[in-house]
Amino acid sequence: MSTVKLTVNGKAVSAEVEDRTLLVHLLRDHLNLTGTHVGCDTSQCGACVVHIDGRAVKSCTVLAGQAAGSNVTTIEGIAKGDELHPMQAAFRDNHGLQCGYCTPGMIMSAIDIVHRHSGGQLDEATVRHELEGNICRCTGYHNIVKAVLDAAGRMKVAQAAE
Amino acid sequence: MGVEGIGASVVRKEDRRFITGKGRYVDDIKLVGMTHAHFIRSPHAHAKIKSIDTSEAMKMPGVVGVLTGQQIVDDKIGNLICGWAITSKDGTGMKMGAWPAMAPETVRFVGQAVAVVIAETKNQARDAAEAVVVNYEELPAVPDIRAAIAPGAPQLHPEAPGNVIYDWTIGDEGATDAAFKSAANVVSLDITNNRLVPNAMEPRAAIAEYNEPEEHFTLYTTSQNPHVARLVLSAFYNIAQEHKLRVVAPDVGGGFGSKIFIYPEEMVALWASKKVGRPVKWTGDRTEAFLTDAHGRDHLTKAEMALDKDNKITGLRVKTYANLGGYMSLFSSSVPTYLYATLLSGQYNIPNIFAEVISVYTNTVPVDAYRGAGRPEASFVVERLMETAARQLKVDPAELRKKNFITQFPHQTPVIMAYDIGDFHASLDAAMKAIDYAGFPARKAKASSEGKLRGIGVSCYIEACGIAPSKAVGSLGAGVGLWESAEVRVNPVGTIEILTGSHSHGQGHETTFCQLIAERLGVPISQVQIVHGDTDKVQFGMGTYGSRSAAVGLTAILKAMEKVEAKAKKIAAHQLEASENDIVIENGEFKVAGTDKSLALPMVALAAYTAHNLPDGMEPGLKEGAFYDPTNFTFPAGAYICEMEVDAGTGRSTFVNFVAADDFGRLINPMIVEGQVHGGLAQGIGQALLEGVVYDASGQLVTASFMDYTMPRADDLPSFKLSHTTTLCPGNPLGVKGCGEAGAIGASAAVINAITDAIGNNKLEMPATPDRVWHAIHG
Repeated sequence: MSTVKLTVNGKAVSAEVEDRTLLVHLLRDHLNLTGTHVGCDTSQCGACVVHIDGRAVKSCTVLAGQAAGSNVTTIEGIAKGDELHPMQAAFRDNHGLQCGYCTPGMIMSAIDIVHRHSGGQLDEATVRHELEGNICRCTGYHNIVKAVLDAAGRMKVAQAAE
Repeated sequence: MGVEGIGASVVRKEDRRFITGKGRYVDDIKLVGMTHAHFIRSPHAHAKIKSIDTSEAMKMPGVVGVLTGQQIVDDKIGNLICGWAITSKDGTGMKMGAWPAMAPETVRFVGQAVAVVIAETKNQARDAAEAVVVNYEELPAVPDIRAAIAPGAPQLHPEAPGNVIYDWTIGDEGATDAAFKSAANVVSLDITNNRLVPNAMEPRAAIAEYNEPEEHFTLYTTSQNPHVARLVLSAFYNIAQEHKLRVVAPDVGGGFGSKIFIYPEEMVALWASKKVGRPVKWTGDRTEAFLTDAHGRDHLTKAEMALDKDNKITGLRVKTYANLGGYMSLFSSSVPTYLYATLLSGQYNIPNIFAEVISVYTNTVPVDAYRGAGRPEASFVVERLMETAARQLKVDPAELRKKNFITQFPHQTPVIMAYDIGDFHASLDAAMKAIDYAGFPARKAKASSEGKLRGIGVSCYIEACGIAPSKAVGSLGAGVGLWESAEVRVNPVGTIEILTGSHSHGQGHETTFCQLIAERLGVPISQVQIVHGDTDKVQFGMGTYGSRSAAVGLTAILKAMEKVEAKAKKIAAHQLEASENDIVIENGEFKVAGTDKSLALPMVALAAYTAHNLPDGMEPGLKEGAFYDPTNFTFPAGAYICEMEVDAGTGRSTFVNFVAADDFGRLINPMIVEGQVHGGLAQGIGQALLEGVVYDASGQLVTASFMDYTMPRADDLPSFKLSHTTTLCPGNPLGVKGCGEAGAIGASAAVINAITDAIGNNKLEMPATPDRVWHAIHG
C-alpha cells in the first residue's frame, strides 16, 4: 500500500492504495468520481480519458502512483459551476451522445484535440482521425464529429472573450 | 402544440447528467458490506470437469467464499431457458439441452463459468481465482456449423442428436418448387452472415443484495427489461419469489439486444448474496463480454430466386443453417425463425416463398438477438439476391427493384406478415436523388480513368417492429405477451410522472415520452418526469428491444393519458360549471370552448386531490394506467445507397457517399431518430467491413478483445446523408413505426453490393476486409 497525493479537479487529495491500483480505479473507487468509465481491458476504447497536467491520457494505462503530484482533471471538473464547458454544451446541442457511457472520455479527448489544434482550423478529417482512440457504439460518430467542430468554434469565442 | 411537442427536435433532458459525469450505471453503485465476485471460466471449448479444488483459494486474503457449479445444482437453482418454443417440420419440439448457471459437469464454450470467488475486493477475488484448480478432460469440439452437422461430429447435448435443435419450415414448398420449375431465370447465391459481438460500451454488471429477515432480494443489473428479468428469475430459476425480488436497471450504457437476456452472472450474484450473507457485485471486463455476452447473426444460407421472362419475381427458396452456440439463450430460437424468415419477402411482391431453417449447437458462445435480430439476416439475403439477379439479367438494380415493389396495401406475404402500409418507390426515389444515381456512370468512368474502382450499391429493407399482438406471438411459440404498460400520475401541484415499462439505454425516452405529454397538455417537458427501470416503481413492463418503445410503449402512455384527460375534463367541467363536452385543453389550461373561462392544470390536479368539490361519486386522485397490446407489427422501410471506391492495389474500400431514406411513420423527435439511424448504420457498416468473430478449429475465441475484434471508429465511417419519407402507421394512434434497428438492417447489403459492383466479382464475404477484397480482385 502507498499513499498517493495529487490534485484532482483543483482539490488536493490523498489516497491509500495498493501499488497496482490504476488511476481510473483511484478516481472511481477511492474518490467516488464515477464519471470516468472503464470500457475495455486493453486501453482501446477511451471511456477512461482524463487530463493529466492538461494532456488527455487513458487513466486505465496509468498507475495511481505515477500520477502522484500531478494535476488531474476529470469530466466532473470541466464545467464552471452550472455553466457547462463549451464541449459539454456542444455534445448536448448536437446530440453527440446516446447511452452516455463513452461520453465523458469522448469529451475529455475532444477538448484535448481542440487545444492541440487551437492555432489552425480544425476539419472533419482531422477530428475523425484524432478520435480513433475513443470508441462509441451508439452514435455512428456522425454527431460527435459535428459536436467537436461546433465546440472548437465555441472554445475560440470563449478564449477570445477571456 | 409549441416547441416541445411531437415532431420537435428537442435537446435531450437526460444529457446533462451524462455530459457532466453524473450518470449512475451499475458499476457506480456501492452498497454497505459489498463483496466482489470473480468467475472462473473454462479455457476449453468442450470438456468434462473432473474436479475443482477450492481449498487453497479459500485461504487467500479477503476471500468470503468459493462456490461451484455443483453447489448451484445442489441448491436446485433452475437451468437457463429459452422462452420461445419452435416446432420442427416433423412435428417435434425443439431439442433443448440443460444450461446450468455454472457448469457442474461439462463445459460447452470457452468462457463458460464453472465457479465463482467472492472476496472483499475485486483484486482479492481475482487473486484467489488463480488458486482455484480445475481439472478438465478435454473433449473434441465443434466450433462452427459445418463441423457440428458433419457425420460423426461430437455431440454437445444428448437431447439434440446430430446437434440439430430444430428443423423448421415456413411457406408453401410445393408451390415454390413449381415456380422454380416454370421460371425463365433462376438466380442463386451462397451467403455467410458473419457472427458479431454487440459490444455495448458499458460491460454487463450486477449487484445483488439479500435481506435475510425480509427474505427479499434486490438486483441492480444492466438490463433492457428489468420486469422480464424478475419474472424469469422467479418463475423459472427458483432464485426468489417475484414479490420478493426487486430488479433495478439504472443508467444502462447501451444494449443492442445483448442486455435483453438473463445471464448466469446475475443468477449467481443473487444466489451467492444469500449464501455469503453480503451484497455481491460482479462487473464484467471486456474480454468477459466477448466470452459471455450473447453473440449475433451467424447464418449459412443457400438462397435462390425465380423470375419470369418480364423479370418479375415468381419464387424465393431459402435454406439457412443458424448457429445458436453451446446453449439456447432466452430468445435465441425466435431470431432465425419468426424474426428472420417472415421478412424474406422484403419490399417485393413474391407470390411463392419457402424457407427452411436448421438451428444447430456448436461449442461457441450462445447466439441471440442483436440489433435487428433476424431482420438484418433476411434483408441481406433478399438484397444480395436482388443485386445478383440484376447483374445476371443485365438490368439496372434500382429498376429491377421498382418493377417488383409491393404497391398495394395491406399486403399479405406468403410468410405470415401482413404489411399495413408503405411507399417503397418514394424512399428509393429519394435515395437515388440524394446520391445522384443517374450521374453514377460518369463518376465511375472518371474514377476508372484515375485507376480507381468505383461501385454503387442499393439496399431496400423492410423490418417488423413492435412484435405483436400477444395472441399471435403466443400461437407461434412465444412464452410471453408483447404488450406494454404505462401509468400517468398527475401530482397535486400539476407536475406529471410517467411510469413506463419501456427501458431507456440511450434511446432518449426521458425526452420523447415527455414530448407526448407536452403535445397533449401544452405543458413544458420540464414539468414531466419519466420513471422507468425499477420493478418496485413500475408495476410491469416488457422492456425495450425490437424498436418497440414508441409504437408499443408510447402508445400505452397515450392510452393512460386519454383516461387522465377524460377525468380531468370532468373535474374541470364541474369546477367551471360547464358541460364536459365543451372543455378543450390548450397550453396547460382547461378551457370552456367559446368563452374566456378556464382552469389551469395545477388547479384541476389540486381539486382531484383535495376532493372538496368533485362531481358526485368521483374517486379522488388523478392517475391512470393502461396496458396496450398492438393489433399488428409496424413496418418501417427504407432505401440505402452507398457509393464506394476500392483501391485495387491494397483492397481498401473507402466511402464516397452514403445516403439513407427511411420511412418511420411519424417522427416524435427527428434529431433523436436520426441519431438512432446513425448508430444503426455504423453497426451495419461494421458488419460489412470490419467486424467478425473468429474461432479457431479447437473452439478458442481468437477475437476476444478490442485489439482483435475490429470495432468501427470515427475514421472508418462516413458522414451520413439522411432523409425521410412518411407513410403513417395505421396500426397505432400515433402513426409511429420504429427506427432503432433500421440502419443495422439495411446498411450491410448496400456496402457489399457497392464493393462487388466496384470490383466486378460477386463473391465476397463479410467482413469485406482489404485482404478479402484484394483476393476477390486478384483471384
